[in-house]
Amino acid sequence: MFDIEHYFEAKSVEEAVRLLSEHEDAEIICGGTDVLVKLRDGKGAGGSLVSIHEIPSLRGVRVLPDATLEIGPATCFTDLTNHPLIQKYLPYLGEAVDTVGGPQVRNQGTIGGNICNGATSADSAATMQTLNAVVVLVGPGGVRRVPVTEFYTGPGRTVRQHDEVCRAFEIKPEDYVGFTGCYMKYGKRAAMEIATLGCCVRVRLDDACSRIEETRIGYGVAAPTPIRCRNTEAALAGKSVEDESIYELIGTSVLDEVNPRSSWRASREFRLQLISELAKRALKEAIRRSLNHEAPGAAVPGEERR
Amino acid sequence: MLKIVHMWVNGNEVELAVDPRESLVETLREKLNLTSVKKGCGVGECGACTVLIDGVAVDTCLYLTMWADGKHILTTEGLKGPNGELNPIQQAFIDEAAVQCGFCTPGLIMTAVEIVGTGRKYTRTELRKLIAGHLCRCTGYENILNAIEKVAGIDS
Ligand SMILES: Cc1cc2nc3c(=O)[nH]c(=O)nc-3n(C[C@H](O)[C@H](O)[C@H](O)COP(=O)(O)OP(=O)(O)OC[C@H]3O[C@@H](n4cnc5c(N)ncnc54)[C@H](O)[C@@H]3O)c2cc1C
Ligand code: FES
Ligand code: FES
Repeated sequence: MFDIEHYFEAKSVEEAVRLLSEHEDAEIICGGTDVLVKLRDGKGAGGSLVSIHEIPSLRGVRVLPDATLEIGPATCFTDLTNHPLIQKYLPYLGEAVDTVGGPQVRNQGTIGGNICNGATSADSAATMQTLNAVVVLVGPGGVRRVPVTEFYTGPGRTVRQHDEVCRAFEIKPEDYVGFTGCYMKYGKRAAMEIATLGCCVRVRLDDACSRIEETRIGYGVAAPTPIRCRNTEAALAGKSVEDESIYELIGTSVLDEVNPRSSWRASREFRLQLISELAKRALKEAIRRSLNHEAPGAAVPGEERR
Repeated sequence: MLKIVHMWVNGNEVELAVDPRESLVETLREKLNLTSVKKGCGVGECGACTVLIDGVAVDTCLYLTMWADGKHILTTEGLKGPNGELNPIQQAFIDEAAVQCGFCTPGLIMTAVEIVGTGRKYTRTELRKLIAGHLCRCTGYENILNAIEKVAGIDS
């Protein structure tokens, strides 16, 4: 038995918003893999839950008419990794969430919960940062869109108001078309392990596949919130993919843009080493994937150009 | 306040009045006497409470019974054939001595049933990843992998 006061089952997003507005003490529950674990630990005990677990419209992935990808927040990690649109356009996001916990947790835990819990260690967070994902929030006053790069306000804290429900994540074509990417997670074990550090590097090369046109670098656990390293991204623009010094550059430059802490999992010094090393490896792999013509969404959905 | 939940458990239609605060592992063990479903850690770490919900392996310690409304639940009890025969996975666990104390066994068997249900064959490396949500403190996993490999392995 979980220590909760009331349980409400929302049949729609609008109903969830209304229930949250009416009940100050109520928290959203989706897959429950964070909320129920916390309740077992006594955190949030005696409060109420508004479940969005049984709202099918919050699941799945769609392409909107302008080629924006829309990800339903209640999509579980397994379904995300296996979704044809994710495999085609965002395989590195599928790869990232495939590192979460173990199979049963991935069958139940959702990307919405992973972002809305505000954790810097969330395995989808680094990649979503590099995608400039837009968090679509529905509240009593209507809809607002917040870029995920402006979503976090501190460890476990976000700009989401108590009565706002995340209805979708939107990823615009300019943020995914022609990019490859790679997510690297460092954990003490291969499974059932929260990230000591997570790093996503994505690149878009020029048509000749010889120069880097754009790089995106995102981290989890490199700071109190998930972050981007925009100065390093800019420094890599225009560099030749054959120039071996780019790895030294990324590994050194990111250190000026991060602020990791010591925790029982790892010291700040060890994290700094991981930040540098994982960036090099992820950049190398992202470039390899581009040269291998794995660039997903080289063509916009519905318009195969290459 | 109790709420009515309507579900199918091991093929049988069940209608139950449940407390919305209940986890599915509690309902299955305490109301339906399905004690193959074990409660280990209670927080999603050990996999002892795994059952299939609409064919998908889920930790029932982190699953509210309210969510099971309208769904099909399969536990190890439901694997028994019409004349009491064992499921091929259960037989493989016996043949490969994949059971010691047995606490992790029903959960692992349900994950194995999910794996077999995909109709695909897997390498040992893939199978290792697929059983990573289960802890076994007795066997060292080798015999468990041997058993699952016997039914779902690439060379089986
Ligand atoms: C054994 C175990 C291992 C784990 N390993 C990992 C791991 O390796 N990597 C990792 O990143 N995580 C891990 N987790 C944590 C967890 O599984 C993830 O954070 C998951 O994404 C949470 O999703 P959920 O739907 O279960 O969230 P819930 O518990 O339902 O919710 C989490 C938070 O988000 C809020 N929320 C959920 N959906 C919405 C929405 N649509 N709108 C607004 N707010 C919302 C809730 O109010 C709550 O505050 C693990 C958990 C367990 C139990
Ligand atoms: S009891 Fe459910 S995972 Fe351990
Ligand atoms: S047989 Fe004892 S825990 Fe696995």
